[in-house]
Amino acid sequence: MRARLLGIAAASVAALVLAGCGEKANVTVYKQGQYQGKPDNVPWQSEPFNNDKANWEKTIKARNNNQNEYLRTQQ
Amino acid sequence: MARMKFLCDAERCIECNGCVTACKNENEIPWGVNRRRVVTLNDGLPGEKSMSVACMHCSDAPCMAVCPVDCFYKTSEGVVLHDKDLCIGCGYCFYACPFGAPQFPQDGAFGLRGKMDKCTFCAGGPEQDHSAAEFRKYGRNRLAEGKLPACAEMCSTKALLGGDGDVIADIYRTRVTTRGKGSDVWGWGTAYGKPETQAPAQPQPGAKS
Repeated sequence: MRARLLGIAAASVAALVLAGCGEKANVTVYKQGQYQGKPDNVPWQSEPFNNDKANWEKTIKARNNNQNEYLRTQQ
Repeated sequence: MARMKFLCDAERCIECNGCVTACKNENEIPWGVNRRRVVTLNDGLPGEKSMSVACMHCSDAPCMAVCPVDCFYKTSEGVVLHDKDLCIGCGYCFYACPFGAPQFPQDGAFGLRGKMDKCTFCAGGPEQDHSAAEFRKYGRNRLAEGKLPACAEMCSTKALLGGDGDVIADIYRTRVTTRGKGSDVWGWGTAYGKPETQAPAQPQPGAKS
């Protein structure tokens, strides 16, 4: 009777200890999200430029360089 | 393709808040929201430095990474924008941003946090260009008009530069070399390090110091 009880106790402990082996890792894998909103168009698509990308880039570059007073004062 | 960036020259900024005013006026920003603000270090002490700060349109933007509804996107010009129809006003982007750029207007009688609002580099948002909806939600789309952000173009001392990163970096570099202070200029040495100085001579053993 005593041996049987010991056997049951040993089996219970073994089952409890081995239960830990089945645990999965709790580390989250980071996944880069994808934009879910409405699509936006490019700046040169609308009215003043009408899909003329080269013209838009030229205008922006001129504006960019206009911030350089070393260039402006030499003109 | 241009990669749009802001650069503030702390040697030139005079804390006039003209950029803040230009931004608020151009985009009709509501009360309590500041897309741009001027930060002063060592305020009131000799040698104080001011810088105009807004969204820096990061290349690897933390706000985009933490947004639970993925409402952020980056345009082909490198401008970080978001869709207000998707934003849930959770505030994660505010905690993630190192510049405190995301702003939240008070919404409703109990001061609830509204949808996030931030600097758009005057590039509007995901609505039809120059439409009333775009202006109401995101402000004016100056980039589609072939103009740069109002804050940078209005800056009286040209401390705040905005535009193609390569071009404004060249402008700043020219200034630094023209000032003749080289790497002593605040920002330059911090970013690129100072020229290596010659190591002091090692004392000879037995020599008197």
